[in-house]
Amino acid sequence: MQENTSADEGRAYWQATIRLTIGLLVIWFAVSFGAGILFRDFLDQWAVGGAPLGFWFAQQGSIYVFVVLIFVYCWAMRRIEKKHGVRG
Amino acid sequence: MLDPWTLFFVVTTFALYIGIAIWARAGSTDDFYVAGHDVHPTVNGMATAADWMSAASFLSMAGLIAFMGYGGSVYLMGWTGGYVLLALLLAPFLREFGKFTVPDFVGDRYYSTTARVIAVVCALFVSFTYIAGQMKGVGVAFSGFLGVPFEWGIIIGMVIVFFYAVLGGMKGITYTQVAQYCVLIFAFTVPAIFMSLIITGNPVPQLGFIGEAKGEGVSMLAKLNTVVTDLGFLEYTETNKSMTDMFCITAALMFGTAGLPHVIIRFFTVKSADAARVSAGWALIFIAILYTTAPAVGAFARINFIDTVNEATYIADDEDYDARSAEIEAAGGKPVPQWYKDWEPTGLVAFEDKNGDGLMQYRGPNAPDGLENEVSPNNDIFVLANPQIANLPGWVIGLVVAGGLAAALSTAAGLLMVISSAVSHDLCRRTLFKSMDDKTELRVARGAAAGAVFAAGLLGIFSNSLGFVAQVVAFAFGLAAASLFPVIFLGIFWKRMNKEGAIASMLTGLIATFGYIYWFKFVDTDPAHWLFGVSPEGIGFVFMWLAAGVGIVTTLATKPPPQEILELVQKIRVPTS
Repeated sequence: MQENTSADEGRAYWQATIRLTIGLLVIWFAVSFGAGILFRDFLDQWAVGGAPLGFWFAQQGSIYVFVVLIFVYCWAMRRIEKKHGVRG
Repeated sequence: MLDPWTLFFVVTTFALYIGIAIWARAGSTDDFYVAGHDVHPTVNGMATAADWMSAASFLSMAGLIAFMGYGGSVYLMGWTGGYVLLALLLAPFLREFGKFTVPDFVGDRYYSTTARVIAVVCALFVSFTYIAGQMKGVGVAFSGFLGVPFEWGIIIGMVIVFFYAVLGGMKGITYTQVAQYCVLIFAFTVPAIFMSLIITGNPVPQLGFIGEAKGEGVSMLAKLNTVVTDLGFLEYTETNKSMTDMFCITAALMFGTAGLPHVIIRFFTVKSADAARVSAGWALIFIAILYTTAPAVGAFARINFIDTVNEATYIADDEDYDARSAEIEAAGGKPVPQWYKDWEPTGLVAFEDKNGDGLMQYRGPNAPDGLENEVSPNNDIFVLANPQIANLPGWVIGLVVAGGLAAALSTAAGLLMVISSAVSHDLCRRTLFKSMDDKTELRVARGAAAGAVFAAGLLGIFSNSLGFVAQVVAFAFGLAAASLFPVIFLGIFWKRMNKEGAIASMLTGLIATFGYIYWFKFVDTDPAHWLFGVSPEGIGFVFMWLAAGVGIVTTLATKPPPQEILELVQKIRVPTS
């Protein structure tokens, strides 16, 4: 714990967290609701192996991306914490 | 159908769970509620995965996907995508808050006993509806495999859960859940690997899923599409659900997942907000192993089922199975498989010879040959009978039974923790008897856990005669999404949110969702009357917005929260300020 974290650093830290969260949630939405449901038919013109792409995203791809998203979040949050001296 | 391997696996795994419970005995309320706040993130991830994956994930999901094809994607995306919301929006902040339960957060953040009690009601409601299904799963597994009556199956399950939940609390549960995860994931993937090898020649189910059907030169999914449309079913990669409904169900399951108290409290057991984030990542990895295998199992199971059952010659119970099947084979026919006869007494598969030709016609609603369907399989049969359908060795079957029980018991234990802590901590210590000391609270917590085990067992037995468990699962997710998610989320991300807003929001979500589901499940079951064409499964997502809206409007109409609450929220957001 650092004692000299100023109110400004705190505000910057929170804004960076919000920006990161929104960015990751956009991807979260795009791979599941986007690729797997809303644009599914359009994406089905391509394929992953023997599976139509939209269908594959709905049953496989979205889940893989979800896992990656959470670990990217962990990594990026540690960087943000360090940068703003929050628990760094 | 008592098989020595089944008995061996069930007894061995149960002995293991009890051994762990004795080793991890809880000494304080800290241990009992949150395992002393010092569980390793990876261990917690694994325990969360076991906690999360219930009898429904293990037994029913692959079967549901086998029937629903693309429509089953709602479960796959919904029950995994929720972890992204949990990791990004709730878990680290709630850990930073650093208390024991979800009602704890609601009560403190909204400086209100009323809000705390309403949160307790929401948590109890969600947990009890969920646990009835688990106990029922335990009863089915025991009665199906060990030949004991259904009620006795539930009682055996209750005794086991009682032992480690009451004795060990969260600490005991965490380490038994780790063991249960290992059992259930092994039991799920082993048959999947065998089946993938048989159908696609690839040992990895996820690759077999997108690979070619062995020796046929077309992709497995294309083959499946042809097979099912020839029988008059919808293409496997299509659905008859509307896009709106797909969207809403997926979203309700996602937000519901993030709002489920038994999942949230798992993140109170780790050391820090950082550990909570990492832990959510590990949880999703462990969950994804099962959830990416399940669609492959579903597709393989559908192919296998059609292959072995459709157009087979039925052999009645009073005939000698071995002699008759040899006769049928000699005549160039296909006898009804042995596994089908094994499972027939359970009622999970049924055959009615409507055209009297002695053959089992499995048909969809639009069969090109105009024949009527004569075979009705239950969703659960696919995972349970898969090892036999694919001719796997006897020990694999025993393993699947142990896996199903592990899935049901681990989830039941997690839910019991929510119920017992809601009663002993939130209701007794924080609301009614504020002077209670730690020792007394621990005794009350154990008593509450014992009472909850008993109540859950009764619910399991009772629900069997009503047969409504599948329906009430919709309650749990819808209610969690509409009642708990908005107040927790707004409590963290909107400082201005006040007590009045929180109470109005929880009540709106609770009453609207409960009313809608009740109405369309039990009173008026006609889908044409659904609001915006959204099914009761998906309505939680719609009412989540309503609850949030009501909360925001009420907040703006009343006075802002006191200064110390603003500071509390600031501290949760930015740990050192």
